[in-house]
Amino acid sequence: MAGLSSTARQDITALRQDFPILQQQFGRYPLTYLDSAATTQKPTAVIAALDNYYRTMNANVHRAAHQLSDRATAAFEGARDTVQQFVNAAHRHEIIWTRGTTEAINLVAQSWGRSQLRAGDEILISEMEHHANIVPWQMLCQETGARLQAIRVTPDGELDLAHFEQLLNERTALVAICHVSNTLGTINPVASIIAAAHDAGARVLLDGAQAVAHLPIDVQALDADFYAFSGHKLYGPTGIGVLYGKESLLDAMPPWQTGGEMIEQVTLAHTTFNQLPFKFEAGTPHIAGAIGLGAAIEYLSAIDPAALRAHEDALLARGTALLQQIDGLRLVGTAAQKIPVLSFLLEGGHPQDVGTLLDQQGIAVRAGHHCTMPLMQSLAIPGTVRASMSLYNNQDDLERLHQGLIKTRSFL
Amino acid sequence: MSEVMPDTEAYLAANPFGTEVQASEIVENFAFFDDWEDRYRFILDLSKQLPEMPDALKAPEHIIHGCQSQVWITHHSRDGRLYFVLDSDAHIVRGLIAIVLSALNARPAADILKADVDDLFAELDLIRHLSPTRGNGLRAMVARIRKIAATECEAH
Repeated sequence: MAGLSSTARQDITALRQDFPILQQQFGRYPLTYLDSAATTQKPTAVIAALDNYYRTMNANVHRAAHQLSDRATAAFEGARDTVQQFVNAAHRHEIIWTRGTTEAINLVAQSWGRSQLRAGDEILISEMEHHANIVPWQMLCQETGARLQAIRVTPDGELDLAHFEQLLNERTALVAICHVSNTLGTINPVASIIAAAHDAGARVLLDGAQAVAHLPIDVQALDADFYAFSGHKLYGPTGIGVLYGKESLLDAMPPWQTGGEMIEQVTLAHTTFNQLPFKFEAGTPHIAGAIGLGAAIEYLSAIDPAALRAHEDALLARGTALLQQIDGLRLVGTAAQKIPVLSFLLEGGHPQDVGTLLDQQGIAVRAGHHCTMPLMQSLAIPGTVRASMSLYNNQDDLERLHQGLIKTRSFL
Repeated sequence: MSEVMPDTEAYLAANPFGTEVQASEIVENFAFFDDWEDRYRFILDLSKQLPEMPDALKAPEHIIHGCQSQVWITHHSRDGRLYFVLDSDAHIVRGLIAIVLSALNARPAADILKADVDDLFAELDLIRHLSPTRGNGLRAMVARIRKIAATECEAH
């Protein structure tokens, strides 16, 4: 990869040492954390950044006349620059801090959606979407008279692109899909979807929550109109996220939450609003969160991306192979392009039964509908057990999962 | 595995929990178990002894929603006692239902309100399953049983 620092870390297995929480034991079992799609664990660099912020530079940002505030503001705005570089946004003011992906999508639905959509317009989502990328659009359709359509998912867990093309028409105002599926691990062909959507005159919002920790993101290359993600799925703190939006779109959007920071001038008769990005950042932000997210991105950026991708691909391949050896286990989500997520069903056991019995062995997975109920309905299953991996997982984790499932199966 | 009962009468006749099997017996059994495997095998055994609710009763109005599994509940009043018909699509939850029923089923409503299921689950080291964050419907089910008992008390 061009421009890679010669000091980029290439030994991915050594990175596990940076994550203190993984040293825990649960009784006689070590912790086997396989729920990174729910939230990632944090390296000491991120924990230290949070600690350091509160110890040495905590102050409110943008407003005060003292040095402590200068330091806090510099760090906070520096984190915004870090995010801009991370996603290759054209302008720093195209990076809006939110609480997370959910809030980012709600912001677009309420601000862009309400001001732009008319009755008869169409919003295109998919059957594999997380509820955060379904419900805001449903509500928006109810409010505006627009119509919601959903792209079907194939039995392998990929978007039915023929169906996408059928649904896309001149009435489509927005295509809102996940870059990567949280339940299935499927990596969607978003570049070509964006190109097709733009040809039809539609905007595209990408839910990047599951993508940012695993794939390089270039919002300009993708030509994405909006891109949303969460800090806590990217080795950063909870309660912080990002909405990227093209400047021209954000400029035209009315403010969403109002109050302090997002104003320019307030009188009792009339208020004018601040410029980007502050127009969409009402109130005191999660300053420590933003700085923590910046530290997480810096941590990730210091890792050789090719080595990381190879490590995660190997985990996916080995994990898939091990699970396929288990009698009565059915993988759910077998797309050609995936991040290391393994959803499955074990015969004779409800996903919750499997999750509980794995938990007794120190193995943390998630069981249920994964906030993707329409996908479960489309696949006609009650839920799945999901093991999701990240840079700090290794072959031992997979072996323990395999053994744990064999033991679990002996109960059912 | 348990049989699906054709109707409520069959379920009530086939369900031993709260009648032949009381909570004290379950607590005694648990005392013998050293590790989680023994305990969970026992819970799954209990689930096999719990008859399956008639399909007709697994209706939307009888569902208590949990995040991860479904729980269905109906009840009958007979000779001054409350009898519950309970089921879930998850085996471990069915086993836990059997434990709850051993403490709360086939009793006068006033006795149900006096019983402490939290204590029972703590004694069995299963209290985590009653945690409000678990989302398996068990806690909601116990609350519903109490509510039914409270309503029954008010009516008499």
